[in-house]
Amino acid sequence: MRPETREGYFGEYGGRFLPETLMAPVLELARAYDKARRQRGFRKRLADLLGSYAGRPTPLYFAERLTKEAGGARIYLKREDLLHTGAHKINNAIGQALLAQSMGKERVIAETGAGQHGVATATAAALLGLRCSVYMGEEDMDRQRLNVHRMRLLGAEVVGVDSGSRTLKDAINEALRDWVTNVENTHYVLGSVLGPDPYPRMVRDFHRVIGDEARLQLKKATGRLWPDLAVACVGGGSNALGLFTAFLGDSRVRLIGVEAGGSGSALGQHAARFSGGSVGVLHGTRTRVLQDATGQIAPTHSVSAGLDYPAIGPEHVWLRETGRVEYTSATDVEAIAAFHQLAATEGILPALESAHALAEAVVHAGRMSPKMVVLVNLSGRGDKDVESVLAWDRAHRRGDSEPPPGPVHHGDPASGPVGTVARSLRRKAREVERRRLDQPLPHGASLPSPEVEENGEEPS
Amino acid sequence: MSAFRRRPKAPAELSHIGRVFARCREEGRAAFIPYITAGDPDLETTARLIPALAQGGADLVELGVPFSDPIADGPVNQRAAARALASGTSLAAILGMVATVRTEVETPIVLFTYFNPIHAVGIERFAEQAAASGVDGVLCVDLPPEEAEREYVPAMRAQGVDTTFLLAPTSGKERIRRVEEASSGFVYYVSRTGVTGARTTLPADLLKQIRRTRRKLSLPLAVGFGIRTPEQVAELGKVADGVVVGSALVRMVEEASPGADLAGILTAEVRRLSGPLRPSPESGEASR
Repeated sequence: MRPETREGYFGEYGGRFLPETLMAPVLELARAYDKARRQRGFRKRLADLLGSYAGRPTPLYFAERLTKEAGGARIYLKREDLLHTGAHKINNAIGQALLAQSMGKERVIAETGAGQHGVATATAAALLGLRCSVYMGEEDMDRQRLNVHRMRLLGAEVVGVDSGSRTLKDAINEALRDWVTNVENTHYVLGSVLGPDPYPRMVRDFHRVIGDEARLQLKKATGRLWPDLAVACVGGGSNALGLFTAFLGDSRVRLIGVEAGGSGSALGQHAARFSGGSVGVLHGTRTRVLQDATGQIAPTHSVSAGLDYPAIGPEHVWLRETGRVEYTSATDVEAIAAFHQLAATEGILPALESAHALAEAVVHAGRMSPKMVVLVNLSGRGDKDVESVLAWDRAHRRGDSEPPPGPVHHGDPASGPVGTVARSLRRKAREVERRRLDQPLPHGASLPSPEVEENGEEPS
Repeated sequence: MSAFRRRPKAPAELSHIGRVFARCREEGRAAFIPYITAGDPDLETTARLIPALAQGGADLVELGVPFSDPIADGPVNQRAAARALASGTSLAAILGMVATVRTEVETPIVLFTYFNPIHAVGIERFAEQAAASGVDGVLCVDLPPEEAEREYVPAMRAQGVDTTFLLAPTSGKERIRRVEEASSGFVYYVSRTGVTGARTTLPADLLKQIRRTRRKLSLPLAVGFGIRTPEQVAELGKVADGVVVGSALVRMVEEASPGADLAGILTAEVRRLSGPLRPSPESGEASR
C-alpha cells in the first residue's frame, strides 16, 4: 500500500497548511529528510545510536499472568517502555536531532504533552550538543512534574505555556511561533505523526522499527511472523504507526488504534477524534479534529497528557477510511484500571497512554482463542504517572465516580473504584462484542497452522 | 525587466482593492492599512470602529477573524482573538456585520483569517457569502498557494473576491512567482520572520528586501508585522505600496478604559500614523 497519493497527502489528508515564513524551512526539511533516509551513513549512525545508546531492540515479552487473567489469546507486550528515557519517543527524537545536525541547525525546539517527547528531545540534544527549548502547557507541567525536572537536568529550557487550554495543543502553537521567529538556526522536532509534510511520514519512518522488530521477535516466540491482533494507543498516533506499519500489508493482522475516551462523550470531555471529530485543518495538516461548528478548536480531556490533543495524525484518518485499521476509545476509568492490572499481574507500571491500549487488548484477548496472539505496544513506562494515579485513586477511594471534584455516591453498590471499573468494563465488553458481530476477524475464528501460513513470509 | 512588470493593469480589470492602490500610486504615496480583530471586544464595537478607521485615513481595512489557535500571532492579537471568541464572534457573524457596515463605508475590507473557520463553512459557500457581504479580499495566513490553487483561489476568483497571499524573508524566487500567481488585489510582505506584534526596530535590510521583492511583482506590495510608529510608516511607505499597522491598534482597543471614545481614539491614531503618507499634513481627508 502506498498511501502518499499526492505530495504530502494520505488520500485527502495531510498537506502543508502553514504561514509563508515556514514554507521554505518545511520544504528544506522535506528535501533534507528525503536525502538522509537514502544515505547509508545517516541510517547507520541512527541505527548505531538506537542500539548502543537508546537500547534497541526492545524485548517482546509474553505477559503470561495477564494472559491468564484475560482468559483467551496470548498477550505479547512490545517493551518500548524499556527504552532510554522511558518511551518510544526517543526513536524519533534521535532521528530528527541527527537530521537537524546534518542541516547545520544549532538549536532544536519541541512541544510536549506528557513530557516524554520533551525528555527525549532534551536527551538527543544533549547527546549531539544542540541547544534545546521545550514548550509545555502549564496544566501538563503540573501533572508531569517529574519530566519537567528531567528536561531541565538535561540542560533544556522548559517554557510553560499558559494560553488556551494550557495543554499539548497550546504547546504546539507556541513551538510554531518560536520556529517562525528563529527559522534560521532552529529545527522543530515535532513529536508525533502530525503537522505539515514531511513530519507525518518522517516520524512514522523513525518509529516503524517498533513493528519491524516485533515481527521478527514474534516469529521467534510463536513460530509465526504475525499477530492476530495488534493494539496501540493513538494521541497523534506515532507509536501506533510505529507498530502498525510493519503489518499494514498483512491482512491476517487485525489492527486497532485506541483513542482517549476521557470522562464522557460530550465535546471537551474526551480526545476521541473519530467518534466526536470532523475534518479540519490544525497545526499544518488536514485531518480529523475536535472542533465546534464554526471551526474553532475544542478543548479536550484525558487523564493521560499524551493523548490530550484535538487532532489525529492524517495517515490514521486515511487508514480508517480504507478500512485497514479500526479505531476505538478507552475511558479514563478503563485506562486507570488497566494501569493497576498490569502492575499487579506483571510488575510493570505502564504509561497511562499505553494503558489505553492495554484496556482494549485485554477485553479482546478474553474473547479470542488461546491459540491466538495479541500484540500490544507498551509505548512508555508509568513512572511519570505515579502522582496522577495516586491522586485519582485517592479521589475514588472516597467514593467519587469522577476525577476530583465529582459527585459522591455513598451506599451505591456500583460506586467506588471497583463498581466504576466493573461497570466500565462491562460497557467495553458489550461494545467489543457488538463490533465482533458486525465485523468478524478477517481470517475467521480458527487459526490456520503457522507452518502453512508462513510460506514466503521470511523477511529478507 | 522590472520597468515592464511594474506596469499597472488597465483600470477596467481592477478590483475595488486594485483601484485603491492605483489611486494611491497616482497620488504618489503608499496606502495605509490598519488592522483590528473583528469582535474585539464585540461585533457592535467593530461595526463602529471600521468607519472610525476610514475617517482617520485608512485606505483599506484589515479585519482579523478570531481563531482559537492563532499560530502566526503574537500575544496582543492572541488576547484579542480570545476576547472576540468569548463574546461569541464567528465568521458568519463577522460577514453579517460587514454587510451592514458596507452601506456606510466604501473603504475596501480585507479579512485576515486562519483556514479552519473557512474550511468549516466550506470554501465555495464561504466565497459566495464573503462576496455577498461586501468583503473585498481575503488573506488566509496558514493557506500557502500550494494548498490554495486547486479549490480556494478558483472559488474566490469566481466570486470576484481578491486573494492576498504572504511573502516572507524566507521566500525564494520560485515562491515569489507562485505567490503572485495565486494573488490578486495585493501581495502582503511579512517584514520579518516571526509572529505579529509591534516592535521598536525593523530589520536592518528590510527596505532593500522590499525593494528587491517589489521589483519582481506586478501586483501592489503591502508590508506588515511589527510596524507601530509614524516614522516606520513613513520609511516603509517610500518602498512599499501599502503599510499595515495591526497590534499597535489592537493594543489600544485592549487598553481603552470602559466608556472611552474608542472610535475617536482610533480615528486620531490612524490619522497620526498615516500622516506622513499624505501629501500635506492638512489634507487628511483627501484619501477618502
